[in-house]
Amino acid sequence: MPEPQLLVMRGIVKEFPGVRALDGVDLEVREGEVHCLLGQNGAGKSTLVKVLSGAHRPDSGDILWRGAETAEPTGPTAALRLGIATIYQELDLVDGLSVAMNIFLGHEQATLGFTRRGEMNRAARALLVRLGHGEISPSTEVGRLSAAARQIVSMARALSYDARLLVMDEPSAALAHDEVKNLFRVIRQLTAAGVAVIYISHRLDEIREIGDRVTVLKDGRTVAVGLPARTTPTDTLVAHMTGRRYEYVFPPRPEADAYENAPEVLRVEDLALPGVFSGLSFSVRAGEIVGLAGLVGAGRSEILETVYGARRPSAGRVILDGRPVRTGSVVAAVRAGMGLAPEERKSQGLLMLDTVAGNVSVASLRRYSRLGWLDRRREIADAEREVGGLDIRPRDPRRPVRTLSGGNQQKALLARWLLKDCRLLLLDEPTRGVDVGARAELYALIRRLADSGVGILLVSSEIPEVLGLADRVLVIRKGRALRDCAATELDEHQVLDLVMEGSDL
Amino acid sequence: MTGPEGVRAEETGATANSPAVSAAPPPADEQGRVEAAAAATGTRGLSRFRLGELRNLGLIGVLVVLVVVGALTRPAEFLTYDNVVVILTLASVIGVITVGMTFVIIGGGIDLSVGAIVALATVWATTKATQVYGTGGVIFCALAVGVGCGLVNGLIIAYGRIVAFIVTIAMLASARGLAINISGGHTQTLNSDNQALVNLGYKDHFLFGRIPPLVIIFAVVVALGWVVLNRTTYGRRTFAIGGNPEASRLAGLNVRLHTLLLYAVSGLCCGIASIMLIIMTSSGTSANGNLYELDAIAAVIIGGTLLSGGRGTLIGSVLGVLVFTTINDIFTLNNLTTATQQIAKGVIIVIAVLFQRLLAERRAGSGAS
Repeated sequence: MPEPQLLVMRGIVKEFPGVRALDGVDLEVREGEVHCLLGQNGAGKSTLVKVLSGAHRPDSGDILWRGAETAEPTGPTAALRLGIATIYQELDLVDGLSVAMNIFLGHEQATLGFTRRGEMNRAARALLVRLGHGEISPSTEVGRLSAAARQIVSMARALSYDARLLVMDEPSAALAHDEVKNLFRVIRQLTAAGVAVIYISHRLDEIREIGDRVTVLKDGRTVAVGLPARTTPTDTLVAHMTGRRYEYVFPPRPEADAYENAPEVLRVEDLALPGVFSGLSFSVRAGEIVGLAGLVGAGRSEILETVYGARRPSAGRVILDGRPVRTGSVVAAVRAGMGLAPEERKSQGLLMLDTVAGNVSVASLRRYSRLGWLDRRREIADAEREVGGLDIRPRDPRRPVRTLSGGNQQKALLARWLLKDCRLLLLDEPTRGVDVGARAELYALIRRLADSGVGILLVSSEIPEVLGLADRVLVIRKGRALRDCAATELDEHQVLDLVMEGSDL
Repeated sequence: MTGPEGVRAEETGATANSPAVSAAPPPADEQGRVEAAAAATGTRGLSRFRLGELRNLGLIGVLVVLVVVGALTRPAEFLTYDNVVVILTLASVIGVITVGMTFVIIGGGIDLSVGAIVALATVWATTKATQVYGTGGVIFCALAVGVGCGLVNGLIIAYGRIVAFIVTIAMLASARGLAINISGGHTQTLNSDNQALVNLGYKDHFLFGRIPPLVIIFAVVVALGWVVLNRTTYGRRTFAIGGNPEASRLAGLNVRLHTLLLYAVSGLCCGIASIMLIIMTSSGTSANGNLYELDAIAAVIIGGTLLSGGRGTLIGSVLGVLVFTTINDIFTLNNLTTATQQIAKGVIIVIAVLFQRLLAERRAGSGAS
């Protein structure tokens, strides 16, 4: 007889402006099982986790917790009180506080506001011992712990709320191989005590080792429920994950041999960044879009940033238009003709306090200066031209950039580098946070830029996007290029196979 | 209130976008118009310039109130030519330092060492050894010491990657220490060879017989500062780097070099202020410039500049200086102690910033509707 149902979610729907992130998710978790959640980036896993942890409230759907219909987590604290604890990818610990203080953060044991330190340390020690990590001292500062130990502290915190369900979002991403083994041992202890775990990972070998059942999400929907984790063939799992429907179309790409005679814009030779990638060589021709496909953490963004000089490589050369570029210097890279639209648009790309024009012209100010004097009329006029050319709406370049939609903000970043007449555009997740309607427009725009002779290096977590937009694809796993071939030679299935299998490198 | 405004904004938005609208396909048309309308409601009249202007209007209001208070409490003394000259002269020295501080703070930094640099520069420029070189030597020495200290600050902050707070507080301690060391704690007076400098402080050297040279120096520094901040690439980059250093770096700006130059500008302003102090007192002493950093930072902040950088106006800072100097003057005329003045100063800083926050939130609120 199966274990009783701990959590049942039925028809969960969550909508954000322009996106239906969850479109009818079903999930059933039994007591004491490790339930794996599988799905590509954008399938809705993170949103589902946020619904569970109380960070988002679903628009519709039922959540049954231990058989009781009423128990919807209305906020983070409410979820914890129910016994649902979430451990996020970026661990949410306070570095400057001790282990014990972190474990009891928000529910300190205190009398009249004075913490009962000794008592908390004793309780913390008991929790750590229960997790098999009695060697972590409750009085140690968390900032001094390793990633693995910090994860144990996060789990101890979850247990301190007497959690019945532990949600772990890619817990192995930050861990070394033997630390993963240790994590699994802890998970087994917890499940033996009746705690259920929702385990999210892209690594199939892990899912096979620790998981009991698998639920697969695609396009915000459950496509497969309760598959046995150990015996379901890889093929079946991948097949469930692939074939996402895309409401947007990719622009047609030129003939496969169109670039054979085009000059190389970028040539990367034996580039290495310690601990991330090494011996990386590839090239981008004028007018070509090259996509980097791989999982989060495979080193894609790091490759882009190293080429761009934002990280200093330990070896290798970056050659732009036949001339070597000084590595480790953004100023040199920009001067040579590179431009980057970074992953975190708001924190790394835009000057949020400034206008659209100010954001567009910031990399080309030299052009508008005579002896340092800024020719503002010409600056605005040029910004206006770019705004019109890229169809940035609204059309007024004097508008604060923060009032624009995500897609138009991204266009403003592209405009910055167009104005600079750059030779190579590095695009890191160009459609993140861009709603479906604006995506097709961005794709067409990127293709148009390539057609004008700019080389484009593209990173995206969404495999169909890389395959649909790029001419050539580099499949990256753990900092190594596994394949370098025309995009038409690959399909989603193959790429997923390549990036997910054999994390035992 | 929101109803009619919303309608009007939609109209302007639509007309402004009409060429685009007619050219675009129907769905894009719809989207463009909705976006334009939504954004136009709040932000059309809210450009940086306008916002700064309104904020400054508030400060001008405060200034007017202060003048009325001064005129009411001391009718015989406050609104006299002599008193106005006193206020403006006192405002000039701290005002020049505030110009430099405005650059540093908009650029995302802070300079706590300005008072100490002033002390060191006045002392160094008035030693017997320096005075031998005459008036030009004194002036050059004060400027060189100011810029030198600023460069040291900037080098350590930008290339040594230590936070500005620590570096400039260290400069605060050592520069004043060095000033005491050089002067032996004594006041060094200008000798007769440098009478030209001393004379600038006297009334018969006032421009048109009315305007003190110090005030003119102040006005020139403010004018230059305004132009550099608002009309040059240097100023634009200052806003960019203060607003988002990471984005600026990834846009290819040389953030470190620019940061270094910001502290050099602040040092230069300290050098100029030192010369003005020497003219005022015809001497130099290690006690000069005490707590100038607080006055300057306070003036910048009540002038509406974000302490976190990226936004601010020079005019606001200047008004801030005038507000503080006028308060001091009124208190002195009314025979209140410096202790009372300081208490009042603290209260005024808090009230001014609270007021600005309220104003900003109200505008943001009406913009969102």
